[in-house]
Amino acid sequence: MALLITLGATAAFLVVLIFAVKARTEFFKNLDRRWIFLLMLVAVAVPVYVIGKTKETFPEKALPKAQAVFDVIEELSEGDKVLLAFDFDPGSEGELGPMATTFVYHCATKKLKMYFIALWPIGRQMIDDNIAKIIEPDFPQMVYGEDYMNLGFKAGNEGVINVIVTDIKQLYTTDAYGTDIAAIPMMEGIDSIQKMDLIINVSAGYPGTKEWVQYAVTPFPHDIRMVAGCTGVQAPLLYPYMPQQLPGLLAAIKGASEYESLVINKYGGDDISGKYLEAQRRMGPQLVAHVLMVLLIIAGNVIFFTERKREARS
Amino acid sequence: MKRNVPLLLAIIAGFVMIVAFFIPYTVSWGEDVSIWFDILASIAFILGGGNLLKVHLKKVSDQAKGWGYSIITIISFLAMLIIGLGKLGVNPNPQFPGHGHWAGQYNEIGSPFYWLFESVFKPLQATIFAMLAFYVASAAFRAFRAKNMEAILLLATAFFILLGRTAAGVFLTDFIPEESGYSGLRLENITVFIMDVFNTAGHRAIMIGVALGTASVSLKILLGVDRSYLGSGEG
Repeated sequence: MALLITLGATAAFLVVLIFAVKARTEFFKNLDRRWIFLLMLVAVAVPVYVIGKTKETFPEKALPKAQAVFDVIEELSEGDKVLLAFDFDPGSEGELGPMATTFVYHCATKKLKMYFIALWPIGRQMIDDNIAKIIEPDFPQMVYGEDYMNLGFKAGNEGVINVIVTDIKQLYTTDAYGTDIAAIPMMEGIDSIQKMDLIINVSAGYPGTKEWVQYAVTPFPHDIRMVAGCTGVQAPLLYPYMPQQLPGLLAAIKGASEYESLVINKYGGDDISGKYLEAQRRMGPQLVAHVLMVLLIIAGNVIFFTERKREARS
Repeated sequence: MKRNVPLLLAIIAGFVMIVAFFIPYTVSWGEDVSIWFDILASIAFILGGGNLLKVHLKKVSDQAKGWGYSIITIISFLAMLIIGLGKLGVNPNPQFPGHGHWAGQYNEIGSPFYWLFESVFKPLQATIFAMLAFYVASAAFRAFRAKNMEAILLLATAFFILLGRTAAGVFLTDFIPEESGYSGLRLENITVFIMDVFNTAGHRAIMIGVALGTASVSLKILLGVDRSYLGSGEG
């Protein structure tokens, strides 16, 4: 019944839209783009407001790639070493921030040892933000240098990966705060990133997941495992590396939302803080914005075909 | 000399990187070359900063179109540089007594650099990217037309992906049971199929083509046949 109502309502809405556009072709054809900007603003603002008020989110179903990311991290045991490479900046924080938060939360909950690193200059701030937002308030028992550490940013893009994949101390003599890494307990026995049990990369572009796959995973396929989260535009470029070089991938906020739901369902409990539900909350505005895009494309094509028909007649 | 030395350096560095990949004994050579690259990349930041200043100062001095924005760029650049390098408002680091604020973290919470980053840089950059949604919506309305078969295929794919990447995808085809033989027709599964099969096949083909092209161009550079990267030698 619900299906019939949904299909009927969708069909009726489309018919109304098509007739409205056909009847006022000239108006829609010359529609000022500021009206479209306004529609997009409303399409994003209303769900942001409603979800902010009600705290409700859409149900999320994990697809295989997000499930694979979750499973790979789940396979790790307490004390295993994870390199978290945060290669993004505030521009992509909307897409990548929630998945970075969930990665840190998941690793901290499983008591994995976290080594943060950044190949983007601003990545260092993204790491500090997550340490201040997740580890310090919610995992106060974790000790810097024993349970987590920040190696910070190094210039050189894939050149950095190329060195640390065989000798980390050639490039990193101190951590991000100037402490000699020889004095950091969790660096004991770590001579290269091959000693990591997993690399988790959050990537907004170059250098990012592609470079980690090419310069770290590919030369050492038996020693280095990696999963990643990336922006929507990057995801299609990374699919060719799956599943051998990249067993799991979170594509944009949708992938983040699927992974977040898996982590929170298993570890979150009922009174989970809103900061751990950000990806699922951001799916609301994404849904309405995508539906608006579909309607705009349909409206644009109705105008196109009406015009073409009119031209053929004349 | 001006062209031969860089050419020789490029040839040596390139061959060392190739040899280091295949012969374990030479791995440390490859590391050394990579470290040279990292040092050069760090120096590039200084060159980049200098170039930014040069370009915008010239624009201001010529009063070229948009020179007002150049003034804002220069002021913002210098403000971040001075506050960051000078570690203004940073607390001393107890790990390194005797070095005053110079041993502190330039971006510690509450410092002026942190404030500028959190309150100015972060919202500005996020805003610029968020504006993409508005322009994409406008472009979709005006340009995404079913003019021919290729465009129709593109449109159909866009519809599946746009809806399949939201809760609407699951909701619209929820009537098809997951366990049934028709579960592949669920919108979210169609999306996965498009991405895994058509997209991956296309991208793999492109990647193999690009890799072959890169190998060919790299060989030309390493053998000194292609010297265009050295510039014209003028100026």
